[in-house]
Parts: sequence; structure tokens; C-alpha cells
Amino acid sequence: MSTKERKIRVLIAKPGLDSHDRGAKIVARALRDAGMEVIYTGLRQTPEQIVETALQEDVDVIGLSILSGAHNTLFPKTMNLLKKKGLTDVLVFAGGIIPQEDMPKLRKIGIKEVFGPGTPTSALVDFVKNNLPKTR
Amino acid sequence: MSRANSVEQLVRGVLQGEKRAIARSISKIENNEPEAQRIISQIYPKTGRAHIIGITGPPGAGKSTLIEKLVKELRNRGKTVGIVAVDPTSPFTGGAFLGDRVRMQDLSTDEGVYIRSMATRNNPGGLAKATKDAAHVLDASGKDVIIVETVGAGQSEVEVIKVAQTIVVVLAPGLGDDIQAIKAGQMEIGDVFVVNKGDRENANKAVSDIRSMLEMSGEEKGWKTQVIKTSALTGEGIADLIESLEMHRAYIKKGALLHQRRAHAEIELIEALKEKITESIIQDLRQKGEWIKTTERILAREIDPYSAAENLLRQRPKASEKR
Repeated sequence: MSTKERKIRVLIAKPGLDSHDRGAKIVARALRDAGMEVIYTGLRQTPEQIVETALQEDVDVIGLSILSGAHNTLFPKTMNLLKKKGLTDVLVFAGGIIPQEDMPKLRKIGIKEVFGPGTPTSALVDFVKNNLPKTR
Repeated sequence: MSRANSVEQLVRGVLQGEKRAIARSISKIENNEPEAQRIISQIYPKTGRAHIIGITGPPGAGKSTLIEKLVKELRNRGKTVGIVAVDPTSPFTGGAFLGDRVRMQDLSTDEGVYIRSMATRNNPGGLAKATKDAAHVLDASGKDVIIVETVGAGQSEVEVIKVAQTIVVVLAPGLGDDIQAIKAGQMEIGDVFVVNKGDRENANKAVSDIRSMLEMSGEEKGWKTQVIKTSALTGEGIADLIESLEMHRAYIKKGALLHQRRAHAEIELIEALKEKITESIIQDLRQKGEWIKTTERILAREIDPYSAAENLLRQRPKASEKR
């Protein structure tokens, strides 16, 4: 009899005020089809809401989708809150409309990778599987 | 903060209502980790306080939206709430899209509300096995009300009974024929029926149809099943719903349904026994050489699975024989 296998739990969040969620939903579906449990927050999330959700849902991974250009304010806020709440070993990636020149800054605050439009979903799935935090 | 919390630390955290501990405990239970049983055994004595409400019904009836309104009102009345929102695991991919939170966004930063999304992980019956234990954790953490929202596929209703004390069936007018939409079993297990989207024009008819159906079914139990019209959009009927829930809670506390609660406890025991017995027997049989030979014989159609199972079991030494 198999012991229950450990499922990867992913939070797909939309920080900020843009309502473009097609990308987020495509990513969510792709990860679901790869066997993961994906929690989707819905639109217009504050960093507080995102971190609180990540905490309660005990997720392994967070994907932040943003197309409004507010990533330079919202992402650091989110990463700081994650640290404050002790969620330091969650894998965080981002997607949407994020200029290349902002990526080094984002990597420095702990966003492991940024995926632009056109990224094949298989690349995302592989990224998550290969970068999971070690067993907790 | 290290993730590798000891069982004692986690239990202490749960009993203090500490969210991280609650989250980690529920995860360990979901993943059937070895500490899970120890966590449950330590918190179990602190359970039995909360009002556990199961909310079920067909998809599209507006359960999540209704729950958000209901919880907001409960919060206004000073209650703390835990919500376990269950969605189906895909039998093909093993993954799940857990989207119930989308309808409950306003609750995510309320300190007095804890929301956990769970996938059924292919537990037939639609209700994750771990849901029951997650409800125990939330109960032990001090939540006054625990809401378990289930997939509205129809078969999950039986599972809901194993967890909840009060069962609410949420329907909406226009989801096919309202009466046909009530599958066998739903009429019997609902303690409160809610016709949501009450602003729709056929809502009143749906309410009276359900009331007549209930009268026809000639229930003898002491609880008169309530039918309430709500609109999650306008907030209509929410106060009535809460009143019904409190009435039912008072009714079951009076001991009127003591035999039912005893049956619940027995069901929990049987489920736990089944799991342990099955696991230990199969583990045992797997180690014997017969296992592979037997599966080959089944494959070759030399023997059917049931006879094969009987043979394997017959070969086990009885407990009374010398080991």
C-alpha cells in the first residue's frame, strides 16, 4: 500500500491592481496538470493577503503574476513580509510584464526566476520541480 | 524559524491558535507523515468544542460566496471561524485547482478566520480523509465555528456526515430542475436547505417545492429541517441562516442526537481500524514470496482476485498460533 505521496502546493497570486489573469490561470492549469495542488488567490491582492494565504495554506512555491509595472514596490514588500512571517524557504518566482533590467534586483531579494510572456509551460513545470525547497 | 518543528512545539502552537503550527500540522496530516498521528492524539482531547458545519451542494449554487457572507456576519457576532474548502483532485494528473479562496478574498487577512484549501486526493466520496483531522486541528486551536465546504458532486454528502454536526445543502434556482437536482441522499442528510441566489424570480418556487418535498418525506426525527432563501449578493437571509444553525447546534447539544454522535465516533474508529489493519496486512503479505506469484497468476487469468486474496489470507498464521 502506498503511503500518501507528498504533493507540491503552489500559490499563484496576483498582486496589485491589474486584472490580466489569463497568464496566471494558464500557469495554474499547467502546474495542476503536472500533478500539483494550485491555490489561486484571485485578483487585486495586497502583499499582506498573499503572505497570509501562503502561511495558512503552507505552500512550497509562490508564483507572482503582475502586469501593471508595480513589481518594484510590491515584490520587495511581499518578500519582506514572507521573511517576517518565517516563510523563508518557499520558492518564489514571478511572471508577467517585468523588464529585463529589473530582474537582477528581483533576484537579489529572493525571486528565484522571472518568466516573461511566451515561456513554455513545460519550462515552468521543470523549474518548479527542480528548485523545490528541501523537505521540511 | 526552522521548519522541523517537534510534535510538542506544533501541538503547543495549535492549542495557542498559532497559524504556522496549524498550517504545518494540517500538512503533516495531509501527507500522512509519521508525526501526524501523534499530533492528533495530543490535540484530540481538546476537540469537541467547535460547531462543525458541512456545506454542500451542486457546483454553481454559490457556496463559497455564501460562506464569505456567512463568515463576515459570524465575525460581527464575535465568533472565530475555520474553513476547510475541498476541491477535487484530477484522477488523471493527480493535481488540483483550488480556487475557493477567490470568492472569499475579504477574509484572508481577518485574524479570526483561518482558511485551508484541500484536494480530495482521490478519496472516493469527494471529501479528503484529512479533512476530518484538519477540522479537529482547527477545533483544538479554538475556532468557534468550522465550515467544511465540499465538492458538490453528489456522492460527497455521505462523507460530509462523518465530519460535520450540521449539514447545509445549498441550491440555486435554475440549476436544472431543482427537485431532480437533489440526488438521493441529499434530502435525508440536510439539516438546513438554502436556496441561494434568492433574488432570482424562481427562487420562491424553489423554496416551496423543497418544503413540500420535505413534508412528503415524512421525517420523524425531532429536528424540523429548515429551508431558507438567501442572496449571497445582497445579504438577504444570512441572519436567518445563522439562527437556524444556532438552533440546530442547541438541538444536538441537548443530547437529542447522542446516538448519532456516538455513531460518528464509531465511524471514526472503524475508519482508523480499517486503515491500520489494511496497511499492516498488505505490508506483511507483500514481503512474502507469494505476492508476485499471485499477481502473475491474476494477470494470466489463472485465478480471480477474490480467490487469490482468500488464499493469501488463509496462509497467514492465525494470531493464536505460535509466532
